[in-house]
Amino acid sequence: MAKHQVAVIGTGQTKFKTHFPDKNYVELTQDAAKLAMDDAGVTPDDIDAIVFSMAPTQFMGVNDCDRWATSHVWGTGKPFMRVHTGGATGGSAFQAGYFHVASGVYRTVLVVGADRVAETPDAQHVLNLIWDRFYEHDFALNTVTMTALAAQRYMHRYGTTEEQFARVVVRSRGNAMGNPYAHLKGKITVDDVMNSPRVSYPYKRFDICPRSSGAAAVVLSNLAVAEEKCTRPAFVNGVSSITHSVFMGDRMGLWSETDFEDHDGFYLAARDCYRQAGITDPVKQIQVAELYDPFSTFQFPQMESLGFCGRGEGASKSDEGAWNLDGEIAVCPSGGTLCTNPIGVTGLVRAIDAANQVMGKSGDIQVKGVKNAVATAIGGSTQFFTCSILGDEPVAGRNA
Amino acid sequence: MSKTDALDENVIQGEWHVRYNYAVGKVAGHFFAGLKQKKILAAHCSKSGIAYLPPRAYCEKSFEPCDGWKEVGHEGVIEAATIVTAQFENLPPPPYAIAYVKLDGAGTALVNFVRGLDLSDVPAAAAKLKPGTRVKVKFADKPVGRITDFHYELAGKK
Repeated sequence: MAKHQVAVIGTGQTKFKTHFPDKNYVELTQDAAKLAMDDAGVTPDDIDAIVFSMAPTQFMGVNDCDRWATSHVWGTGKPFMRVHTGGATGGSAFQAGYFHVASGVYRTVLVVGADRVAETPDAQHVLNLIWDRFYEHDFALNTVTMTALAAQRYMHRYGTTEEQFARVVVRSRGNAMGNPYAHLKGKITVDDVMNSPRVSYPYKRFDICPRSSGAAAVVLSNLAVAEEKCTRPAFVNGVSSITHSVFMGDRMGLWSETDFEDHDGFYLAARDCYRQAGITDPVKQIQVAELYDPFSTFQFPQMESLGFCGRGEGASKSDEGAWNLDGEIAVCPSGGTLCTNPIGVTGLVRAIDAANQVMGKSGDIQVKGVKNAVATAIGGSTQFFTCSILGDEPVAGRNA
Repeated sequence: MSKTDALDENVIQGEWHVRYNYAVGKVAGHFFAGLKQKKILAAHCSKSGIAYLPPRAYCEKSFEPCDGWKEVGHEGVIEAATIVTAQFENLPPPPYAIAYVKLDGAGTALVNFVRGLDLSDVPAAAAKLKPGTRVKVKFADKPVGRITDFHYELAGKK
């Protein structure tokens, strides 16, 4: 149980796009740090510690670039740590910041980072290098092929079609039109997705996220600082994470209790998170889900594991419109990871977009009456899972 | 997937060239020695009964050391598969098929390429690689003790 209630009191993100020719990496991190601190009404003197969110640095090409960024995010003279769990990095960094405050060690913490995934011409070359050289590296595994393998297994198990995945892309790109920070956006059709070039079955190009550049930051604080600085904070009422073996072949229903294609890490993570946040009926109590969904195939298994519907029911829920902005639950009103993927901060952007919904500052993509929002992230070989719940009231009450 | 950006005065170009010598260790060394004899050896835990591929030193279920080796069959079933039709930098020229296969007697699935299949019609080829499909192991004539010594083929194919 957390010792201190934690709140998001400020958020900041830059626009996300393929290249950022007018800024270098650390200037981007600085922009996000400044935006979040301004939003929170704090200055660097108010920040007790910094958590830096950065995944593999081979994309942007400066080894361990957190070193480069320390003074740019006003970290000189303060505790500073980098967190890295692959695609889940932003989710883990957010949770590390949470624990800094929840423990009572720090009052106010900045979580910040940036990525420039397209600085190298083929991110999948780098991503292939995350597999061991003995057994798996030689078989062209990367994040596209490994998740295509999971999607094929999911389709076979539940009878899902490529068109049902394509509808997710159509919805996400449409949602992103209201998000000024999103990378890909626009009105497209299922045929546009189906007719885009095949990449790795079942994926076509439009089933896959872009390589994004940009930065993000949040200011987290304890309840006392939140009440002083922020009229409408987003309270971090639950955080959880689950880790699996690197070997995907261990998680195919053979002896493990978990199954690869179901994103089942979220089954455990969500229940832990919901218990902390007092969520007993996610469909009724959670209004927004900001999912880590870099591929069109991620929403169905993830929503199922998060308890929003039964196994294999995700596709029909999606088809029925239950996950539209005005549906049963708004899924990725921002357009999600499918439209914007700056890998080192993607999980942080999910937490920011969820927090902004709770704080009522999501502009054109604001969902009405948001009391709780869930933010997720996944990293490694579908291996690291993080789940966080943002709420409009502190879980233990204001006087706890 | 995109081509390298054209030379631009506002862009500084760079490359990393880093060389490594990866120590194989005893467990992988034993597995690779088996491959040289066209044997696929799984690390076996007598307490949990699990035969691991890739092999490993400790059982992740019983938390005991894997205490034996078990030769698995040269046939098995597909657990997951994909057909790659795009060129990724530093990866093989497309098309190619990748599958996780649970070899007979193994407790886990092992990834490799599936060769000998016409991949020109992707949905048609995908229909032949559904989970549950039986495949067989095809070894190189002269294995050298590396995971690339073998690949999978559809079991029905001679």
